[in-house]
Amino acid sequence: MLYWKYVKILFKSQLEYRTSFILLSIGQIFVPFSVFLGIYFLFQRFQEIKGWSLWEVALCYVIIHIAFSLTECFVRGFDNFSRLVVTGDFDRILVRPRSTIVQVLGSQFEFTRIGRLFQAVVIFIIALTKVQIDWNIIKILTFILMIISGIFIFAGIYMIGATLCFFTIEGLEVINILTDGGREISQYPINIYKDWVKKLFTFVIPYGVVNYLPLLYVLGKNNQVIYAFTPLLGILFIIPCILIWNYGVKHYLSTGS
Amino acid sequence: MRSYLVLFQMRFIRGLQYRTAALAGVLTQFFWGFMYILIFEAFYASSSTPQPITFHQLVNMMWLQQAFLALIMLWFRDSEIINQITKGDIAVELLRPIKLYEFWYARLLAQRTSSALLRFLPILIVTSLLPYPYNFVLPPDAFSFILFIITLVLGVLIVVALSMLIYISMFYTLSGTGSILIFGVIGEFLAGLIIPIPLMPEALKRIIYFLPFRYTTDLPFRIYVGSITHNEAIISILIQIVWIIILYIIGKLWMNKALKRLVIQGG
Repeated sequence: MLYWKYVKILFKSQLEYRTSFILLSIGQIFVPFSVFLGIYFLFQRFQEIKGWSLWEVALCYVIIHIAFSLTECFVRGFDNFSRLVVTGDFDRILVRPRSTIVQVLGSQFEFTRIGRLFQAVVIFIIALTKVQIDWNIIKILTFILMIISGIFIFAGIYMIGATLCFFTIEGLEVINILTDGGREISQYPINIYKDWVKKLFTFVIPYGVVNYLPLLYVLGKNNQVIYAFTPLLGILFIIPCILIWNYGVKHYLSTGS
Repeated sequence: MRSYLVLFQMRFIRGLQYRTAALAGVLTQFFWGFMYILIFEAFYASSSTPQPITFHQLVNMMWLQQAFLALIMLWFRDSEIINQITKGDIAVELLRPIKLYEFWYARLLAQRTSSALLRFLPILIVTSLLPYPYNFVLPPDAFSFILFIITLVLGVLIVVALSMLIYISMFYTLSGTGSILIFGVIGEFLAGLIIPIPLMPEALKRIIYFLPFRYTTDLPFRIYVGSITHNEAIISILIQIVWIIILYIIGKLWMNKALKRLVIQGG
């Protein structure tokens, strides 16, 4: 498939600068880890937050961070899309007989996010040993669904941000509020927040279905199986985003440069 | 000295031109501040034991942090300086009849102050209109306010001296985005920008008090909210001055050493 060819080529090209690649990957470990360290220290002082223990919150945290790092790696093309519009490279994409989405996805990958992924996976493993989970096949499936769901939501927001570039040319920092801000908010279970925040992040941008709602079932806080499948709703989030993207492509005026 | 003042002035005026960027910055910082407050509110609501600082004090520290972010964050990227180092334009800089350390220092200082001046007032005014306990309030007394101003100014001098060390390290690493990232993150954690220092475990606090990072943000903001006594504040001012001198000397020596082994590869 074309997409994997893109992945292979860009991976090879990034590995050319090996030392820089390794250093950046290590740097990527530290950024989110300092946030987790902060959470850890806060729990030393506060013990629990609305009935959630440290390692239960850690599960919330790792799901969102695994999803985020995978999105940043594989959907980076949309995150950094303004570059293609400013330079006019998007015109070139338009004349090729392939889907614009695949080509934009293939325009850039950020493999150094492996560092971010690595720290999340390590914390994930530690958290799994610390919390009591009655495992069954549905729960394993739920974890996979949660991560996929997170990727689709982050990717959807990147696509909306990219679509805005068609009209503003410049990239908008505001969209980072939805991705970085959403990530920070949803690394805690969203029931700790005020009602309006909870509703915003369940019904408008459904980060809540990525970790909070399914974890209720996985951790046995709520035994209704339906919660295990709420991540599917997050996957649906991509549909309106693709429609918005297609609308944007139709109305694209080249910068001419 | 005069030439550095003029340089500061020019950079400062230039920085003031970026008003739209400042507006966008204000909006994002407002959001981030609010988000951190929501998280801490949840923690405070889950525990009935009294904490080293009250929730309202914490809220005020958060707003100050967002308002003065440009002054206090350790890593404020100046792509021109980076380009000078990595692309070799530094050769031209070295021909000028000025000292490079002071030149860059003035530049970085001007950049931070102009950026902060455009942002802090709107943030503080809007947040002071919010309902209790989310609102920004005046410090407990006038003397605290004076101490706050002094420690904030000295704190900025420390931040710039620290960031100078990052730039000088680039003479050796040439790009080193990774190492900068690591240094920046660790520094920010030790400055109390990830979680406030009063909420950290005691053992960690003791280490932090020996390092320069907390004297950049934690100190002035806690003086403002009244979580540090006047006596302690006055002693801390002396510590700040000592740190400024130490960091200046280290930076100066290190830069001279780096410039001696500097090779410009044409191009």
